[in-house]
Amino acid sequence: MNVLLILVPIALLLGMAGLAAFLWTVRTRQYEDLDGAAWRILDDEEPRRGHQK
Amino acid sequence: MSCCGTAFTLPSDARDFAAPLDPKAEELRHAGRQAPDGTVTYVLSVPSIRCGACLSAIESGLQPLPGIVSVRVNLTLRRVTIVMASAEISPATITTALDRLGYPGTPVDLGDLETLGSRRESARLLTALAIAGFGAANIMLLSVSVWSGADDATRDLFHLVSGLIAIPTVAIAGQPFFRSAASALRAGRLNMDVPISLAVLLALAMSLYESLTSGAEAYFDAAVTLIFFLLIGRFLDQLMRERARSAVVAISRLAARGATLLADGEARYVPLDEVRPGMVLRVTAGERMPVDARVLSGHSELDRSLVTGESTPVAVAPGARVEAGTLNMSGALDVEALTTADDSFLAEIVRMMEAAEAGRGRYVRVADRMARIYAPAVHLLAAGTFLVWMLMTGGDWYHSLYAAIAVLIVTCPCALGLAVPVVHVIGAARLFEAGILMKDGTALERLAEIDTTLFDKTGTLTTGTPRVASADDMPDTGSDVARALAQRSNHPASLAIRHHLGRGPVAELEAIREWPGSGIEATWHGRRVRLGRAAWTAEIAEGHAPAEDGVAFAIEGGTTASFRLEETLRTEARKAAAALRDAGLATELLSGDGQVAVRRVAGELGISDASSGQSPSAKIERIRALQAAGANVLMVGDGLNDAPSLAAADVSMAPASACDAGRLAADFVFTRESLRSVPFAHGIALRAKRLVQQNFGLAIAYNCIAVPLAMAGLVTPLVAAIAMSASSIVVVANSLRLSGGGFGGTSARLSDDAGAKRSPAVGPAAEALA
Repeated sequence: MNVLLILVPIALLLGMAGLAAFLWTVRTRQYEDLDGAAWRILDDEEPRRGHQK
Repeated sequence: MSCCGTAFTLPSDARDFAAPLDPKAEELRHAGRQAPDGTVTYVLSVPSIRCGACLSAIESGLQPLPGIVSVRVNLTLRRVTIVMASAEISPATITTALDRLGYPGTPVDLGDLETLGSRRESARLLTALAIAGFGAANIMLLSVSVWSGADDATRDLFHLVSGLIAIPTVAIAGQPFFRSAASALRAGRLNMDVPISLAVLLALAMSLYESLTSGAEAYFDAAVTLIFFLLIGRFLDQLMRERARSAVVAISRLAARGATLLADGEARYVPLDEVRPGMVLRVTAGERMPVDARVLSGHSELDRSLVTGESTPVAVAPGARVEAGTLNMSGALDVEALTTADDSFLAEIVRMMEAAEAGRGRYVRVADRMARIYAPAVHLLAAGTFLVWMLMTGGDWYHSLYAAIAVLIVTCPCALGLAVPVVHVIGAARLFEAGILMKDGTALERLAEIDTTLFDKTGTLTTGTPRVASADDMPDTGSDVARALAQRSNHPASLAIRHHLGRGPVAELEAIREWPGSGIEATWHGRRVRLGRAAWTAEIAEGHAPAEDGVAFAIEGGTTASFRLEETLRTEARKAAAALRDAGLATELLSGDGQVAVRRVAGELGISDASSGQSPSAKIERIRALQAAGANVLMVGDGLNDAPSLAAADVSMAPASACDAGRLAADFVFTRESLRSVPFAHGIALRAKRLVQQNFGLAIAYNCIAVPLAMAGLVTPLVAAIAMSASSIVVVANSLRLSGGGFGGTSARLSDDAGAKRSPAVGPAAEALA
C-alpha cells in the first residue's frame, strides 16, 4: 500500500507528461504536413535565412 | 525548369505597354492577410508540387527574394505560405518567381480556407483523442489491478483515482459527442450520439456513486474506452475528408477577380464587379476573359473548352464574340465588354452548378440510416430493462438502474461507430495507391449504388492531345525542317507532329514567325517553309491544295505533305468500357463535339448510346431524365462545360487533367492516364459496401449476445471492457480485408504529368525531346 501511494502518482505524472508533450505537438501544428516533414529530415541543403527589408 | 516537368510557356506579347500590370499579383494582393505587426501573409495553391525536391526548390527559390520574411511549403496540401515584411511590397515577385521555377501558383483567399492551423476540426479531434487515450490507458491500468483481486482499501483508492482521471477526460474528450447530441435533441431528432452521451454520463455518475460508497464495481474504464474508440473513427473520417479536399482542389477562381481597363490611354485594374458593358478591356496571353465581350483589335487563339469541352485552340479576329472564362492563349486582345460579370456565360455555369449541388445534399449516409434505427432501439431496450427489473425486484432501483446502464454501455456503438469510417479510410487508401483521390466517404457509398455510367468524350475518353494517324512521305531534308518548325510552337497539333517525327537532325531556320490561326513560317536556305493549316501552307507550294483542311507542311516551290490527325483514346479505354459493361452497368457517351468524332469514339469503345452536340444544360437534362427513371448515374467528365453535370449526377469522376472546376465538382479524381481507374474504383466501392454490411452484421451479432447478458445483470465492467474491445478489433480487422486486386500499387505509372494545368500535351512532347 505504501508503495502504491508512491507508484500510482508517478505513473500518472509520467502519463500526463506524455500527454502534455503530445498536445504541444498538436498545438505547434506539427501534424499539418507529415509528407513535408518526412522530406525535410532528408533534405541536405543548408537553410538559407531570408533578410528583412 | 522544375524537377517534375516543364512549365507551359507562351509566346510573349511583343507589344509593350506603359504600366505593366500583372493580374495574378493583383489578385494575390487582395487575398493577402495582414498581421498586427505589419507583415502580410499570402497563401498560394501550387498543384504541381509533387515531391520533396519540389519543396526544396520552391523554398530556396523564394527565400532570397527581397521583402520575404518566411516561406513554407506544405507538401501534403500542396500550398505555399509566404510572409512578406509589409503590404507595400508587391507580391508580383512571388508569382513571377514561381512561374520561373515552373510551379505556377494560384492565390487562395484565406477567407476561403475553412481550416486554419490548430483550429481545424481534425486537430481538435486529435487533441480529444489524445486525452481520451491517456485517460483510457491509465484507468485501464488501475482497473486491471482491481479485477485481478484488489480489495477493500486498495480497490477504493483505485476507484477514486480512476474517477479523478475520468471526470476531466470525459469533460474534455466527450465534447464532440455532447455537442452533437445536444444539437440533435434541440432539433427534436435522435442521432447516434444521444445514446452514447447518455451511456457515458450515466456510467460516470453511477461509477462515482459506487466509488464513494465503497462499491465493488465501477465502470470508469468502459465509459472512457468507449469515447476513445469512437473518437478514433471520427478522427480518421475527418482527416480523410480534409486531406482529400485539399489535395484535389486547386482553389483557383474560374474567372479573374478583376480586369485591365483601358481608359484614356492608361491601363487600370478594376475589380470584376465594376466591369460594365461598353468598357474596353485588355486581355493578355494566359488570362481568362473576365466577361462576355467582342474583340476590338488583336489576333489570338482562345481555348474554348468552357463552352465546347474542346481544348483545340480557336482563332479569333476583330469582331468575334468571346465568352467569359475562355482562356486567351497566344496574343493580347483588346475587347469591348458586352455584359457584366453576373450576366456572363460563366456566371450561368456557376449558377447551374450550385443548383445541381443542392440536389446532392439530400443523400443520407448509411451510418446515419443505421443510427435512425439504432438510437431509439437502444433507448427502448434500456428503459425496458429498467422497468422489468423494477417489477421483478419490487422497486430495487439501484439494481435496475445498474442493469439499464449496463445495457446502454454494452450495446456498443463502437463497432457501429467504427464500422463505416474504417472501411472508408482503408478504401480511400487503396484508391490513393491506385492514383484515385476521393473527396469523402459518402462518395464511396454512392459509387456502389450506380447502374449507369455517362462519359464525356474529349479529355475523358480521349487524352485531348491529337495523334498523327498518317502522313504523306517526305524527303529526309523535309523532315528536318518540319521538325524544326514543330519545335517552335506549343499548339497541340505541332506537339503531335513533333512526336510523330521523332528524334533526328533539326534544320537551321531563320525569321521564324508564328501566325495565330494559321501556323508557323520560317526561312530555310532562302526558301520559305510553312507548317500549319493546309490551305495556308498550300499558298507557297506548287500543285493543287489538299482537299481536306488539316495540318500540312510545305517548302516553297515544293509539294505539300499533309498530316492526318486523330484523337488519342486514353490508355485501356476499351478495356475499361468492357469492364464496366461486365459489371452490369449501362454506358453512354455525351459530348459537346461534332457527330463524326463522337460516333468514331463510341464505335471504338463499343458504346451504343452516344449523343453529340450536347450543351451543359442538355447534359444535365439527360442526367435528370435518367434519375427520374430510377437510375443512379455516374458521370465521368473533365471540361468546364461538364462541371454542372458532374455536380448533378449521383457520383462523378474527373481525370486530373480536368480544369479546376471539374476537379472541384467531382467526387473522385484519377491521376493515372488509364481509364481503368473507373471500373477499379467501382469495384472497390462494391467491395467496401459488402464489408460495411458485414461489419454491421458483426456489430448486430455482438449486440444479440451482449444485450441479453446485460439485461440479466451479468455484465461486469471486465466483461464490458472485453466485449467492447473485441468487437471493435473484429470490425477493424474485417475492414482491412478490403483489397484492390491488381490495379493499384506498383503497377506502371503512366504520365503523372496529367496533373499539370492546361498542358496535357507537354507530357508526350517532353518525352520526345528528352
